[in-house]
Amino acid sequence: MFDCVDPKSLEGLTWLACYLTTGKHMAFYASFATVLFLLALTAPLAMLFGFGGALASRSAVLPLRLFGKGYIAMVRGIPDIVFFLFMPIAIDQLLETVRHKLLCPDVVEPIRRGNDFVVCTAAKLPLGAADQWVHELYGFLLASLSFAIVFGAFAGNTLYGAMQAVPRAQLETASAYGMTQRQIFWRILMPQMWVYALPGLSNLWQILIKATPLLFLLGVEDIVYWARELGGAKTSAFSYPHPDWRLYYFLFLLIFYLMLTQLSERVFGWLIRKTDHGALSAHAARAGS
Amino acid sequence: MKKFLMTVAALAVVSAPALADKVRMGTEGAYPPYNFINDAGEVDGFERELGDELCSRAQLDCEWVTNEWDSIIPNLVSGNYDTIIAGMSVTAERDEVIDFTQDYIPPSPSAYAAMAGVSVDLNGGVIAAQTGTIQASHIAASGATLVEFATPDETIAAVKNGEADAVLADKEFLAPFVAESNGEMVFAGEVPLGGGIGMGVRESDGALKDKMDAAISSMKADGTLNAMITKWFGAEAQTY
Amino acid sequence: MSCWQTVQDYSLRSIGIGERLLPKADITLCEQIVLIGSGVIWNVYFGVLALFFGFAFATLLAVGKAYGGKYSQAAAGGFIFLFRGSPLFIQFFLAYEAFILLPKVGLVLDLGFVVIDAQTRWLTRAWLGALIVLFLNTSAYSAEIFYGALRAIPRGDSEAADAYGLSGWRKFKAVLFPTMLRLAWPAYTNEAIFMFHATTLVFFSGFPAWRQSGDALYYANYFADKTFNPFVPYPIVAVYFILVTLLVIFAFSMIGRRLNRHLPSNEITRPKFRFSLLR
Repeated sequence: MFDCVDPKSLEGLTWLACYLTTGKHMAFYASFATVLFLLALTAPLAMLFGFGGALASRSAVLPLRLFGKGYIAMVRGIPDIVFFLFMPIAIDQLLETVRHKLLCPDVVEPIRRGNDFVVCTAAKLPLGAADQWVHELYGFLLASLSFAIVFGAFAGNTLYGAMQAVPRAQLETASAYGMTQRQIFWRILMPQMWVYALPGLSNLWQILIKATPLLFLLGVEDIVYWARELGGAKTSAFSYPHPDWRLYYFLFLLIFYLMLTQLSERVFGWLIRKTDHGALSAHAARAGS
Repeated sequence: MKKFLMTVAALAVVSAPALADKVRMGTEGAYPPYNFINDAGEVDGFERELGDELCSRAQLDCEWVTNEWDSIIPNLVSGNYDTIIAGMSVTAERDEVIDFTQDYIPPSPSAYAAMAGVSVDLNGGVIAAQTGTIQASHIAASGATLVEFATPDETIAAVKNGEADAVLADKEFLAPFVAESNGEMVFAGEVPLGGGIGMGVRESDGALKDKMDAAISSMKADGTLNAMITKWFGAEAQTY
Repeated sequence: MSCWQTVQDYSLRSIGIGERLLPKADITLCEQIVLIGSGVIWNVYFGVLALFFGFAFATLLAVGKAYGGKYSQAAAGGFIFLFRGSPLFIQFFLAYEAFILLPKVGLVLDLGFVVIDAQTRWLTRAWLGALIVLFLNTSAYSAEIFYGALRAIPRGDSEAADAYGLSGWRKFKAVLFPTMLRLAWPAYTNEAIFMFHATTLVFFSGFPAWRQSGDALYYANYFADKTFNPFVPYPIVAVYFILVTLLVIFAFSMIGRRLNRHLPSNEITRPKFRFSLLR
């Protein structure tokens, strides 16, 4: 397409075209996929955690109920950014500790030596010899897990509310018909609950999108990381020197997020209309839209 | 999905130990010419060239990783990489937590850069610095008003847009910005800070520290380190 | 140094009172708790003021979106979409970049009883610039909640007001506004909680900290940087925020009870579906 061999001699549009297709910019474009992939991975995982939390909060077993309620209440009290700042390291150390105990039972030295956290070579995650992409994938999975734990609690809140919102009379009627608890759950509660849960979940999805700029705090090279990196003023140590362009890069991110929001709103609007069976859900849909 | 997750979990708990160990070199990637991400998206700069040479002399298989400056030490001690090679000055506080190799850049002054034609009160004015640097600690102690930014880029932007009277940073970092500002920016003073720049390693990682120390010594002895410093920082830079 | 001494030196450090230098070596748990607690002052400042001013603006926006003409509907809707559709992190960054472009001039505002010598320079400081962003942000979120509530007002209530001959401002004041608040209150409580959480982003994106005066998270970050141990300062922030959240819930439930005081206790709106508009 263009000859980008000697960037210093280029001008105008050619310069711009070459500039926008550098390896670094390719990494920037790829990071949009990273963000979308994180959303795609976190959403079902968070739903899973949310379900666990909501079911635990309804459990008849006291410790389980307390655990569920505690988990759901946690994110109401603590800002997500605080979790993100230490959760990946905490999860990583937890996994490595477990592996250390399993794989290296003979090592007598403690794991914590002064300030250092040292596990045996075989327990390292990923292994020291692993390629860089494995490390990056692992970091990405840790970030997804942290996101899922935090947003699972949000989802748990919504699902718990939705389960409570299903009219009691229906459940009692089912019970009177001789259904078992399990049958009531799967045949009455679950299908009904979605109508109440969807607006809340739609909302949650929007919040999840809005939290992705914090990804760079979890060590993932996301769009904010690259926007800052690319936008900063470049001296002639770089092939494409330019002044501080961070404003433009962030405006680009703004447009990306607005478009993503708009698209999600449409999809959820369609979904809510589809599950809309009566006046009750019309009320719910309005409130959540 | 469930099966996939279980496989991942199983892999995470018991995967076979590997043979050759790689040394993971942690850097910031935002502090040219020490270290930066070049236009191809790779780690580049003085420390990249130095690190690669040290690894080949020590016969280590090295790999480069970037990490935010804020959490660069916690991630070293928890084992996410094995060295910090990120223009980090050796200080007593850092030395309590991690170990440093001998310095690979001699103690060199930090410098203030300001807009030309503006007189700056270095001990009472508004000075910008990156959060968590020795320069930030120095300004806080000096009586000047410290304005902290997360990245070195923003500290320079702050001087240009008038938010701060001057920026304090390593002189070698500021030099290209001053040189290429068409006379807009000038150096406004110097202050000796820190004990040279060394490579950070975990305190429990004595073997790696010894290997790197030996490699740095050999580079100092045959003059390659001096040549490298001159190449990246110019003829005026201090050498060994 | 005793812990009491630390309290004297650092409990107001975040607003510039007390010891000028932050602790640098041999950091004690007491120092961490006191200094991070001092940072909470800023979180409360941002949260309370943004909510206070945001409430009025949000009501205006909601009414504009629900009952306004074509243009005010579009304007209110567009504003709400812009601020709800983009991450706060990016809003902070862009606002800061925009504020530093403003010419640095002084404006003299004569308010009659007091003369304020305002500086556009203040906009680049967190205490004003970040407050404006938070104010606009919470206005958009709250407006959407209020708008949903206005649309959920039972038709009967509105028709009854018409039958009594109420219209315009009097109808809004006597019927629509109180009912809107009552319906929106649970969701608005959530918004208030998340507003306080959002204040932790102020010094993390865009706005720099001056003279090492920052919020709770700024100091936690400082300690994590100095002690190289994230497992102490961040949980301290977490505990402070749980306390703040409990206070917010308490205050809002007091107001909520007042809003519902005319209803018989068995009819207090726990809307069957608790729509929660979060951040």
